[in-house]
Amino acid sequence: MRRTLLATTLLATQAGADTSVLTVYAGDYFTSEWGPGPKIEAGFEEICNCDLQFSTGDLLPRLLLEGERTKADVVIGLTSDVTAKARATGLFAPHGQDNAALTLPIDWADDTFLPFNYGHTAFIYNETMMDAPPASFDALLEMDDDVKLVIQDPRTSISGLALVLWVEAVYGDKSADVWAKLAPKILTVTKDWSASYGMFTDGEVDMVLSYTTSPAYHMFAEEDFTKKAAIFPEGHYFMVETVGKIAKTDAPELADAFMAYVLSTDFQQMIPTANWSLPSALPEDQWPEGWAQLPLPEKVLFYSEEEAESRKDQAIETWRTALSQ
Amino acid sequence: MLRLESIRIAQGDFALEADFEITPGRKTAVIGPSGAGKSTLLGATGGFLPLASGRLWWQDRDITHTPPGQRPIAMLFQDNNLFPHLSIAQNIGLGIRPDLKLTPEDQARVDLALERVGLGGMSARRPGELSGGQQSRAALARVLVQDRPVILLDEPFAALGPALRQEMLDLVQELSAEAEATLLMVTHDPADVRRIVDDVIFVEGGRAAAPQPAKSLLEDPPPALRAYLG
Amino acid sequence: MAHRAQPVIGTTGIVAGGFVVAVVVLSFVGLGLRAEVGRGLGPSEWAAIRFTVVQSAWSAVISVICAIPLARALARRRFWGRGALITLLGAPFILPVIVAVLGLLTVFGRTGWVNEVLGVLGLPGLSIYGLHGVVLAHVFFNLPLATRLLLQGWQSIPAERFRLAAQLDLPPAMIRRTLEYPLLLQVVPGAAALIFVICLTSFAVALTLGGGPRATTIELAIYQAFRFDFDLARASLLSIIQLVLAGSAALIALWIIPDFPLTAGLDRKLRRWDARGGVQRALDTGIIALGSAFLLLPLMAILLAGLQGLPEMPSVVWKTAGNSLGVAVLSIAVLLAIALPMAGWISTRRAGGAEAIGLIGLSASPLMIGTGWFILINPVADPVPLALPVTALINALMALPFALRILVPPLRDVLTTYDRLTRSLGLQGWPAWRWLVLPRLRAQIGFAAGLTGALSVGDLGVIALFADPDRATLPLQMYRLMGAYRTEAAAGAALLLLAMALGLFWICDKGGRWGAEA
Repeated sequence: MRRTLLATTLLATQAGADTSVLTVYAGDYFTSEWGPGPKIEAGFEEICNCDLQFSTGDLLPRLLLEGERTKADVVIGLTSDVTAKARATGLFAPHGQDNAALTLPIDWADDTFLPFNYGHTAFIYNETMMDAPPASFDALLEMDDDVKLVIQDPRTSISGLALVLWVEAVYGDKSADVWAKLAPKILTVTKDWSASYGMFTDGEVDMVLSYTTSPAYHMFAEEDFTKKAAIFPEGHYFMVETVGKIAKTDAPELADAFMAYVLSTDFQQMIPTANWSLPSALPEDQWPEGWAQLPLPEKVLFYSEEEAESRKDQAIETWRTALSQ
Repeated sequence: MLRLESIRIAQGDFALEADFEITPGRKTAVIGPSGAGKSTLLGATGGFLPLASGRLWWQDRDITHTPPGQRPIAMLFQDNNLFPHLSIAQNIGLGIRPDLKLTPEDQARVDLALERVGLGGMSARRPGELSGGQQSRAALARVLVQDRPVILLDEPFAALGPALRQEMLDLVQELSAEAEATLLMVTHDPADVRRIVDDVIFVEGGRAAAPQPAKSLLEDPPPALRAYLG
Repeated sequence: MAHRAQPVIGTTGIVAGGFVVAVVVLSFVGLGLRAEVGRGLGPSEWAAIRFTVVQSAWSAVISVICAIPLARALARRRFWGRGALITLLGAPFILPVIVAVLGLLTVFGRTGWVNEVLGVLGLPGLSIYGLHGVVLAHVFFNLPLATRLLLQGWQSIPAERFRLAAQLDLPPAMIRRTLEYPLLLQVVPGAAALIFVICLTSFAVALTLGGGPRATTIELAIYQAFRFDFDLARASLLSIIQLVLAGSAALIALWIIPDFPLTAGLDRKLRRWDARGGVQRALDTGIIALGSAFLLLPLMAILLAGLQGLPEMPSVVWKTAGNSLGVAVLSIAVLLAIALPMAGWISTRRAGGAEAIGLIGLSASPLMIGTGWFILINPVADPVPLALPVTALINALMALPFALRILVPPLRDVLTTYDRLTRSLGLQGWPAWRWLVLPRLRAQIGFAAGLTGALSVGDLGVIALFADPDRATLPLQMYRLMGAYRTEAAAGAALLLLAMALGLFWICDKGGRWGAEA
């Protein structure tokens, strides 16, 4: 009964709502059985009386290649490093939701891309292997060169880019020196986060560039409490994933309904364990059990889209030069 | 009637000329010193070597430019007369239809040919499972089903022992007589000439002489032939 | 000039060759349609080009240098299991790169087996990261190829010459001079050139083992230009540079690339009179042991990690394995449809220049071909359902140069040997293929198909860009597992990938030989 009622209200104008399809473009990891996709699909279909179909791939290149011909109604998983390019395509419409509902540690004023989860960059270590983890970014730089890190390439990975911006945000003009100090500790640079993290779990490195929420996976999925994020008082770079609505969607009502669903408690409560990240619009007291105890940074660093765009080329070049010595 | 009309075959520095007719139904040997061009003459007749000039006639048909497979000629070479990966029956069948789409009648012809050369019951074997003599018989069986009016033998039995070679030549003789075919064969052995052939073409010094009756030629050879025969 | 009928007609071969060129050229047309003026090539791209050439050159030289003693030892020693060992030593060449890197890290990584042993012995550890790591990985992949080529060369020395050398009681130095140096002179440049070309387009190896941005290859720079800046102009430009670089190296190399030998048939019973005992035997044994350890330990590492991960593997992995199998089978079909007519065409030509067309597929960036075709297809059809076929096509193109090397020399042989017989029987066109070429070349066709299948199964390919949930391949699934913290399950998937690549190769190769005679 409830389902029919909701459907009628939400889709008042839509005839034959049973057959209508909402096509959602998502990142490749999204729809695997351990990703958030299946839960989101089930949750939304519960209320929309529609068929939600995920289409996965490399989001931005695919959108850019498809242009106006894109079949997407909604795009989920655009990270903050690509929103500028995504915005420039002109394919997106305002998200139509109230940003005031967000519980992010930063102010979010964007009315096109709606955050649905977040995290921060952090170096993860195994406390059984490392008795004196660095207590600050400065301490990280002063560590013995025998302590080995693995990071990601900022030109191919969002977390790699976030690290470069992180260094930029903490150290500014001194970034080149920071990279010079880090260089001997960096065992290697991988293309993507997965390869780095695999090296860390295999014990090949002492610390890996990852997210503050990474220990949560080990805690809640594996009951392994040895993996910790090193929290630095200098602050951690903020990382967010967003949803956007395609302006020319042929299912605008469904798309709007989906945007609203993203901010719903149902969706938000599912995010932590489905995506191993923090919900964007959920007060801490409603987080799943144990999540509020996760050590999180006091200080959060973030560049606005324009500022990140203007700084990143120089920051990457600084990184590349220092690590190419 | 096979006619070689003022033909000239050129291969680098080497050239061979011939201008004669071969009488149908006759068995003719091609003899001459090593390197004189015996195989060249057969190769050109079979269509494997181009003519620099001249024409080749079969009856009233100009076959100078006809591809080998479409000439009225079946030929056996010194080696590689059978495909090692195909069965004997398939090898022979290729002589009837190159695509091996054989009708039951065609199959029967293959079997008959096998019987005729004494290889009955061996149709499923591969050449590698046969002795040298049997392989020669199989090749002859294919010549049989090809049913061409002219048969060219470029020393296909050279690798066999003397007794076996005789046996094969006798078989060839019988088969070509039955088919009323014209036989043209390269040989080194004057004994072959005496035993089998009617005519002899002597190849030497860049020329293939017109066929002469074997008997008279051997009894009173010209000086060059005398030198060759020793 | 008499009409010379060719038993295998060239036109289909020319069409196939034209198709290959068209696939690559049209993809660039597609890219050109969407490329905007980008920032061109900066210092980082030039550094990538330099690094690519340097690492390829080192990889080629070291692979060949290591292959010489190994091939020689294998050529002159007879021992139980030699044939099996030689077959197994070929495995790294068809190993999926992402799987191999995992194995290499387990053995040579900072906390790997080698460093553990060195640590126990109180010796300083060694680092795999950097140029030498990239080269090490490339040697791992290509040493088998180089060894194969050299071993084949060694075994092509007629037994009579060794008998003569034994009769004259030539000392080892003299045997080297009279028998081995001329052979090496013949085989080494070609083998090195071939490996150079293969390493030019390397992508995944440099990512992890390079140790940092200085180890950026052209293919990685293409990926960055495409993925990060979406600068299609720069990506295309880099892709063309890579094509020209690999293409010209290949063209030069083609004159000297040796024939690609079959895997088996290397077990010819041949008494080697120059195989001496004492120090020489100990040395040979040591070299074979060392070479085997280098090539087989990483395989063992993959096996061990994979066995632990197998129970963790979600069932969806099997479905993606099915997709990968489909892609591989399709790749094999496409490859044979292209390679056989092309081989027929090439082997009836005297000059080998046409074979260079086959190298285009290997030298062009698969990412760029895939993207170009996406742009071309998008206006007229939905590219997503075509992702798997396009991947299969691109994989087939990558295997094409190897297939041609495998097929052309024996085909040329067959056509020469049976030239007069086929012509006297009027055997040409399809019957010539059906009754002569295909049965004679069964072993080579099986080998080429196996190689293609193995390479195709392991390739991540362009599928990553446009894969639908239902169309993921096994390598992609492996990445997904890694991306979801499931490292152990990913190791299980890696083992499955390894088993599939080797299994496909084995089945095709055996199938080609099964019942083959004469």
